[in-house]
Amino acid sequence: MTDLPTRSIDLKAVLSGSSPTADHSEGMSYLQSVPRRIVTLYLPLTIIVVVLLFPFYWMALTAVKPDEQLLDMETYNPFWTWSPTFKHFHKLLFESYYPHWLWNTMYVAVCATVLSIFASVLAAYAIVRLRYKGAHLVGGLIFLAYLVPPSILFIPLATVVFQYGLFDSPLALILTYPTILIPFSTWLLMGYFKTIPFELEECALIDGASRWQILVKIVLPLAVPGLISAFIFCFTLCWNEFIYALTFLQSTSNKTVPVAIVNEFVDGDIYRWGSLMAGALAGSLPLVILYAFFVEHYVSAMTGAVKE
Amino acid sequence: MADVVVPRAKPQMSEAYAWNQLKHNRNWLGFWFMLPAMAILIFFLAYPLGLGIWLSFTDTRIGRVGHFVATENYEWLWDDSIFWLSVFNTLLYTFLASAFKFGIGLYLALLLNENMPFKAMLRAMVLIPFIVPTVLSALAFWWIFDSQFSIISWSLKHLGLISQNINFLGDTTWARICVIFANIWRGVPFVAITLLAGLQTVSPSLYEAATLDGASRWQMFRHITYPLLTPIIAVVMTFSVLFTFTDFQLIWAMTRGGPVNATHLMATLSYQRAIIAGQLGEGAAISSAMIPFLLAAIMISWFGLQRRKWQQGESND
Repeated sequence: MTDLPTRSIDLKAVLSGSSPTADHSEGMSYLQSVPRRIVTLYLPLTIIVVVLLFPFYWMALTAVKPDEQLLDMETYNPFWTWSPTFKHFHKLLFESYYPHWLWNTMYVAVCATVLSIFASVLAAYAIVRLRYKGAHLVGGLIFLAYLVPPSILFIPLATVVFQYGLFDSPLALILTYPTILIPFSTWLLMGYFKTIPFELEECALIDGASRWQILVKIVLPLAVPGLISAFIFCFTLCWNEFIYALTFLQSTSNKTVPVAIVNEFVDGDIYRWGSLMAGALAGSLPLVILYAFFVEHYVSAMTGAVKE
Repeated sequence: MADVVVPRAKPQMSEAYAWNQLKHNRNWLGFWFMLPAMAILIFFLAYPLGLGIWLSFTDTRIGRVGHFVATENYEWLWDDSIFWLSVFNTLLYTFLASAFKFGIGLYLALLLNENMPFKAMLRAMVLIPFIVPTVLSALAFWWIFDSQFSIISWSLKHLGLISQNINFLGDTTWARICVIFANIWRGVPFVAITLLAGLQTVSPSLYEAATLDGASRWQMFRHITYPLLTPIIAVVMTFSVLFTFTDFQLIWAMTRGGPVNATHLMATLSYQRAIIAGQLGEGAAISSAMIPFLLAAIMISWFGLQRRKWQQGESND
C-alpha cells in the first residue's frame, strides 16, 4: 500500500501466514505423522474454535426461532429450526426504540472517534517528530493514562458531567470516550510515525513547508494504514463501552445499544429471549461486518498498541 | 547575551519575534500540537482521578454537596463484610480468569502458528469474540446459562450425566464459574492473537538448529519460544490482569453481583453503592481502593517493557 519500511512484525503475516519467516513449521512438519497432527493440532483447535463461536450461533439461532420452539426443547430439536421467523426483528425495528439506539451508538462512536483521532494525530506527531522539551515524559504519561480504567473514573466523572450540565446528553459520551481512545491511538500512531523516514520531512522543511503542511501533506498520507487501524479500533471500543453510557444517560431514547438492551429488554416475560437475542445480534453485526473488511487493521491495532 | 540583544530590538520587531517564536519554536509548536489531547485528558481524566480520591474522603451523595469526613468511608468499609467479599471475588476472578486466559491463549497461539489449510480464515474467526460488544455476548451467555432452558443442562440431561437442570446463575459456586468462564471466553482471542504476533518474530533457524541438536518439542518450547516471548507475555498479561480486575460490564449483564453477592466485584459494588444507592463518597472509596492493585500491575508492566528493550537489543528510542 505504501513504501513504508517493514516493521519488526509483519502484521499481515499474523493473519495470512504469508511471510516466509512465519512458515517455519512447513520446513519441519514432515517430522510429524498425520494421525499425530490430528490429535495434537486439529482436534484441540476444533474444540477451541467451536467453543469460541458457539455463543454466536446460539444467539443467531435464538433470534430466528419461533417462540414455542424456544421453550419446548422436547418436541423440537433445540440445535436447529426449520421454520425461521423474523418476528423478533420486526418487533425490534417497529415496536421499540431500537433504530434510535443504533443511531445514538453510531453517532456517539463516530464523533468520539473523529475527535480522538484528530487530537491523537497532533499529539503523536508532536511527541515523535517535534521532540519538544519533555516529550518523552509526556509520552510516558499518556501511556499511564491508557492504564487508568473507566471503572475507577465513572463516579467522579458523573459529578463532573453533572457540573458541566452534560448529563443525559450524547455530548457527555462524546467528550468522555476520548479519555479511553486518545491514549490508545496516540501510542499506535507514534509507532507509525516513527517508521516514516525523517529525510522526507527534512526535504519539505528545506523547501519551506510549515510543520502543519508537513503533517497534512507528507506524514498523514504515508500513515493511512495506521489511521485506519486507529479509527476502526476506536470505533469498536466506543461501540463496546458500557459503564459511562450506563451512568451518564437516563432517558430511554438517548441510550446506546448495549445499555438499552440490558435495561429496556430485560423484563419478566419468558418470551423475551427471542427479541433479546435479535437485539444482541443486530447490535453486533455492524462491528462484525466492519471487522470482516479490515481484519488486518484490527490485528495491527491490537498488537501495535501492545508492542509500541 | 540575551540581555544585550533584547533591548536593542525595536518594539514591532520584538512582537514579530514573539510571533515567530510561537510559530516556529519547537517547544511552542509542541504545546499547540498537544493542546487538544491534553485538554481532554486533563479535564476528563486527570481531574476526575483526583476528584475521585477527594470524594472518597467526603460524605457526598447524589444531589448533595459533601463534607470532609477524613477516613470515615474507609473505616466503614473495613467493617463491611460485603466489601471484603467483593475484594475476595475480584482477586479470585482476576487470578483464575487470567491464569486460564494465559494458558489457553498461549496454547491457541502455538496451534495457530502451525502450518495448515484455511489458516487465515481460522485466525480471523478466533478474534470474533473480542470484536463483539461484551455486553451483547454476555447476554448470549445469560441465555445459555438460563436456569430452565439452558442448552448445557439439556445436553447433559440427554447424555444421561445429570437428572436435574443445573441452576447456573442461581447457585453461588456455579455463578462464579459461569462468569469466570465467560471472561476467559472473551479474553482468550486477545491473548492468543497478540502472542501469535510475538511468535512470528521468532527466527525459524533457531528451531532448525535445535532439531539438529536433538531437542524435543517441549525443550524447544521451554528454551526457545518461551524466553523469546517473555517480554510480550509480560505486557499482554498486565493488560489482561488490569482489565479483568476492573471488569464491570460482563458481571452487570449476567448476574448484577448476585446471587447473594457471590459475583460482586469491586467495580460492580462501587456502581451499586454510588449510583444506585446514591452514596457517591462510599462508592468512590471502593473504587479508590482498587488503585493500589492497579499500581502493582503497572509496575510489572514497566519492568516487562524494560526487559523487552534489553532482549531485543534496541536503543532507547
